[in-house]
Amino acid sequence: MSEPILSVENLTVQFRTDSGWLTAIDDVAFSVGERECLGIVGESGSGKSVSALSILRLHNRANTRIPNGAIRYGGADVLKLPARELRRIRGGEIAMIFQDPMSSLNPVLTIADQIVETLRLHQSVSPSAARRRAIELLDLVRIPDAARRVDEYPHRLSGGMRQRVMIAMAIACQPKLLIADEPTTALDVTIQAQILELLRDLQAELGRSVILITHALGVIAEFAQRVVVMYAGQVIETAPVDALFGRPMHYCGRRAIMITQIIPS
Amino acid sequence: MTDTALAPPVTEQLAPRRRFPVLRKLVRHRSFCIGAAIVLVLVAAALLGPLLRGMDPSAMQVRFRYRPPSALYPFGADGFGRDILTRVLYGARLSLFIGLSVALLSGLFGTIIGIVAGHFRVLDSLLMRCMDALMAFPAILLAIGISAALGPQTGSVIVALAVAYVPRTARIVRASALVIREMEYIEAAHVGGAGHLRVILKHLLPNCVGPLVVQLTFVFAYAILAEAALSFLGVGPPPPAASLGNIIAEGRDYSVEAWWIMLFPGIAISLAALGMNLLGDGLRDALDTRLKMEA
Repeated sequence: MSEPILSVENLTVQFRTDSGWLTAIDDVAFSVGERECLGIVGESGSGKSVSALSILRLHNRANTRIPNGAIRYGGADVLKLPARELRRIRGGEIAMIFQDPMSSLNPVLTIADQIVETLRLHQSVSPSAARRRAIELLDLVRIPDAARRVDEYPHRLSGGMRQRVMIAMAIACQPKLLIADEPTTALDVTIQAQILELLRDLQAELGRSVILITHALGVIAEFAQRVVVMYAGQVIETAPVDALFGRPMHYCGRRAIMITQIIPS
Repeated sequence: MTDTALAPPVTEQLAPRRRFPVLRKLVRHRSFCIGAAIVLVLVAAALLGPLLRGMDPSAMQVRFRYRPPSALYPFGADGFGRDILTRVLYGARLSLFIGLSVALLSGLFGTIIGIVAGHFRVLDSLLMRCMDALMAFPAILLAIGISAALGPQTGSVIVALAVAYVPRTARIVRASALVIREMEYIEAAHVGGAGHLRVILKHLLPNCVGPLVVQLTFVFAYAILAEAALSFLGVGPPPPAASLGNIIAEGRDYSVEAWWIMLFPGIAISLAALGMNLLGDGLRDALDTRLKMEA
C-alpha cells in the first residue's frame, strides 16, 4: 500500500451520559491509501459511524471528549486544526454521504441552491458557472434531464434520486476522500445496486479514496479492497477483502459471514 | 449489474409543478379567508377611513355632547362632543400600528434569541432561564411596569409589549431549531464546510419560519388587546390621542347612559383580535400540512 492519505491512530471517543462518560470507540486505528476503498463493517452500535464522524469532527463538542488519538491528514492532526482550516477540509478535501437521503437535503432550498452553495464555499466561481457545474454534476451521477431537475425541490425527487444528489454534492469540490456512511441502507435493493455501481464508477473515473461504512458484507465484498471489522467500539480485524472472506480470524466476522450464508440478503 | 447502473434509471414522470401550494391551501381555508377579510377591512378602514370621514378626532362640539348614534354621528359622540366614529378609526390605526410593531420587534428579538439558544447549546440554558424569568411575570404586569418607567407614550407601549412577548417567540423558535438542527441536512451543511452563520441563516432559519409566522399573528392579536388594556389602565398613549383603549376608558363612567362610547371601540378591538386569530389558525393549518408533506 502506498503512503496513506488519512490515518486514524489510537482514537478513543467518549460521550457524556447521565451515568458518566461512555466510551463509544476505544483505541481505534485504521488508514486509507490513495485511490483505495476501505470498508468498515460491524453491527449496529459497534462504532462505525462514530469513527467516521470523528474524522470530520462532527460530534457535539459539549458532550464529547477525545482523551487520546490523532487523525493524520495532509501532515496535520485534524483533531487539532483551527476552525477555519477545518471548514476548508470539510467538503473541500473530505466529503461525506449520509445514510438517509430523505433528511439530508434541505427542504426549503432547490437542488441547484444546495450544490451551488457547496461549490461557492470552496471555490471562487461565479453563480452562473457554479450552476452550470451543478448541472454537469447531476449528469455525472446520472440524473436524467439534469437541466430541468436542478431547479426542483428535494421533496419532488425519489430516495434514489436524492441519494444521487447527495453524491453530486459530495463530489462537487473533487474531494480527495469520500466517506459514505451506510449510503444504501435507506434504499431498496435495485436502487442500492445502482448507487453502489455509481460510487464504484466515480471512484474509478475520478481516482478518489473512499471509506465505505456498512453492515452489509455483500456490499463490502463487491466494493472494498480492504476491510476493517469493528465490534463493541474496537477494531477487531483489518484484512484485505479476499483474506477476510477466505478465513475470517475473529469469531464475530466468522459469525457474520455464516449468517449471510444462511439468510441470502 | 453494470448495465443497471450505466443505463439511466427509468425517467420519473414529474407531476406538473404547482406554484404556491401554500397559497392555494389558504384560499380554500374558510377561517383564513374570513380572518383575512376582517383584517383587510380593518386595515383599509384605519388607513383610508379618517380621510373619508374628514373630521378631527380631537375637535370638540360641546352642543353634541353624549349625542346618541345618528345620521351625522353614526357611532354617536362622547362627553366632549367628539365624533366616536372618527376616534375609532384613528384608534384602530394606532392599535394596528402598535400590534404590527410589537409583532415585528418581538419576532426579531425572539428569533435571534431562539436561534442562538437552539444552535449553540452552550448558551441554551443561560438564555432560556432569562426568558423563563421574564415569562414568570404576567405579561400585562411587566408591560405596565416598563411603560410606567418609560413614561406614557406610544413608543414605550410598543417596547413594553415587545419585551413581554419576546420569551414566547424565543421558545417557539428554539423548539423548531432543536428539531431542525438534528436533521441530516444541517450536518451535511457542516460537512460541506459551511460556518455557523451560514448554517443558521440559510438552513436553520428558513425551516423555522412556519411556526414563527403563526406565532406572530397571535402576538399581533394579543398586542392589540394588551394595548387596549394598558390604555384602559392609563399607561397607554396619553389621553388626547385616540386609541381604542382610551376611548373605552373615557366612556366607562357613562356606560349605562352613553353605551355607544364603549360599544363601538369594543367591537373594533374584538374584530381585530378575532381577525388576526382566524388568520393565524389558517396559516397554521396551511404551513403544518406542508411540513408533513415534505417530511
